[in-house]
This record gives sequence, structure tokens and C-alpha cells, in this order.
Amino acid sequence: MSEMRIRKRPKYLDFYSIMFSIKLPLPGKLSILHRVSGVGIFLLLAPLLWLFQASVTSPESFAWFARIAAHPCMKLLFAGIIWAFLHHFCAGIRFLFLDLGVGVDLAAARRSAVIVFVVSLALTALICWRVLL
Amino acid sequence: MNNRIVVGAHYGLKDWLAQRATAAVMSFYSVFIVAILLVLKPADFEIWRSIFANGPVKFFTFLFALSLFYHAWIGIRDLWMDYVKPVSVRLTLHVLTILLLAGYSGWIAAILWRL
Repeated sequence: MSEMRIRKRPKYLDFYSIMFSIKLPLPGKLSILHRVSGVGIFLLLAPLLWLFQASVTSPESFAWFARIAAHPCMKLLFAGIIWAFLHHFCAGIRFLFLDLGVGVDLAAARRSAVIVFVVSLALTALICWRVLL
Repeated sequence: MNNRIVVGAHYGLKDWLAQRATAAVMSFYSVFIVAILLVLKPADFEIWRSIFANGPVKFFTFLFALSLFYHAWIGIRDLWMDYVKPVSVRLTLHVLTILLLAGYSGWIAAILWRL
């Protein structure tokens, strides 16, 4: 009896199921987007280091950086990175509170998930508007 | 009969803690650098470069980068552990991730200390 139960748990879902086929509550969406945003930032570390290097090395490389950064496609990419950073940041702070045992019950956890989405999306909009537009 | 798979050396707890400690370092730095940028409003190359050429800023930027790379190592290792089942492929990905992040650490040091 207990053997059977052990074999069935934990249940591993593939990424597609997590995102689209099961009905995930908001804290679950927050969690998988925390992973997605983290992986996105990891994959973009090399281009970001390269751009940072160009921006601080010389006036010529800075001019090249400024020209690249002004391209609409790059602005879209930067907007994505800003969102990824802010979502990862806000969701991460929420996880730190959960680690400390703060806001663990269902109602509080759902409320804090809403707060994370509202704050991270609002800050993304604000920064994109002030810096990219 | 206990079928728990035992792993040694407490590396799970150590990495769990390190991921949170590096997160704290990065969040403090983020607030600090945003404050600097909001105050100085760098509009040209000289001001932008001088921010990172400043000793303490350079030091904390480097600490931020190291925290980021260590944090990324734990996160990406968890990703490989969750999704990549064949041990040979997983260990290869672990090694490649470490090499990549070690390289990035050297790269950011070179960028900052050439300023």
C-alpha cells in the first residue's frame, strides 16, 4: 500500500504541461516564471557582458553600444530582460519570506503572488517608459 | 524498508543557503546601483565609465557579478537535475556550466580592472 504511494510521488510534469495543459494557480505560474526568467538571464549573460564591456571601454565602443541599444529589436530584448530581472527579483523576495515562514498559508500566498505580478509588471512598465522610450 | 537515496556532505543545504545569501547580495547591490544612477543620471560616456571606475563601486560590482554567477550555477544545476536524466549528459552539462561561469568571472574582472 505505502509502496504504491511512494512510487507515484513526486509526480514530474514536463514544461509544456506545467505552462499550458494543467490549470496552475497563480503562485504556481509565479514559480515556473521564476525559473523561466532565471534561465533567460543565464542565457543572455554573455551578450550582456559584451554590451557592458562595450559601454565602459572607450568612447568609440560606447558609441557602438549606444547605436546597437537604440535599435527597436534591442529595445524589445532589453524590455524582456528588465521584466525577467524584476520578476525574478520580486518572486525571489517572496520566496525568501516563505523560507522564513512568513505568508505560508494559502490565502496569504495567493495574495503575495498577486502583489509580485502587480509590482514587477508596474516597475517593468515604469523603467521601460523612462529608459527605453 | 527505507528507500531514501542518501547523498553526502550536506551540499544541498550549503547550496540552498548560498543561493539565498547571493540573492541578498544582489538585491542590495541592485538598489544601491539604481540609487547611484538616479542621482548621477549618466548621460555620456565619461560619467558612465567613471561610475564603474570608482573603487568601491568596482569592488561591489565585482561582488555582485560573482554572486550572480554562483547563484546561476545553483539554479542551472537544479534545472539539469530536474530535466536531464542520463547521468553522463547531466554531468557533462554540469561541467560545461561551471566552465562557462568561471570564464564569465574572469571576463568581468578583466572588464572592471581595465577601467
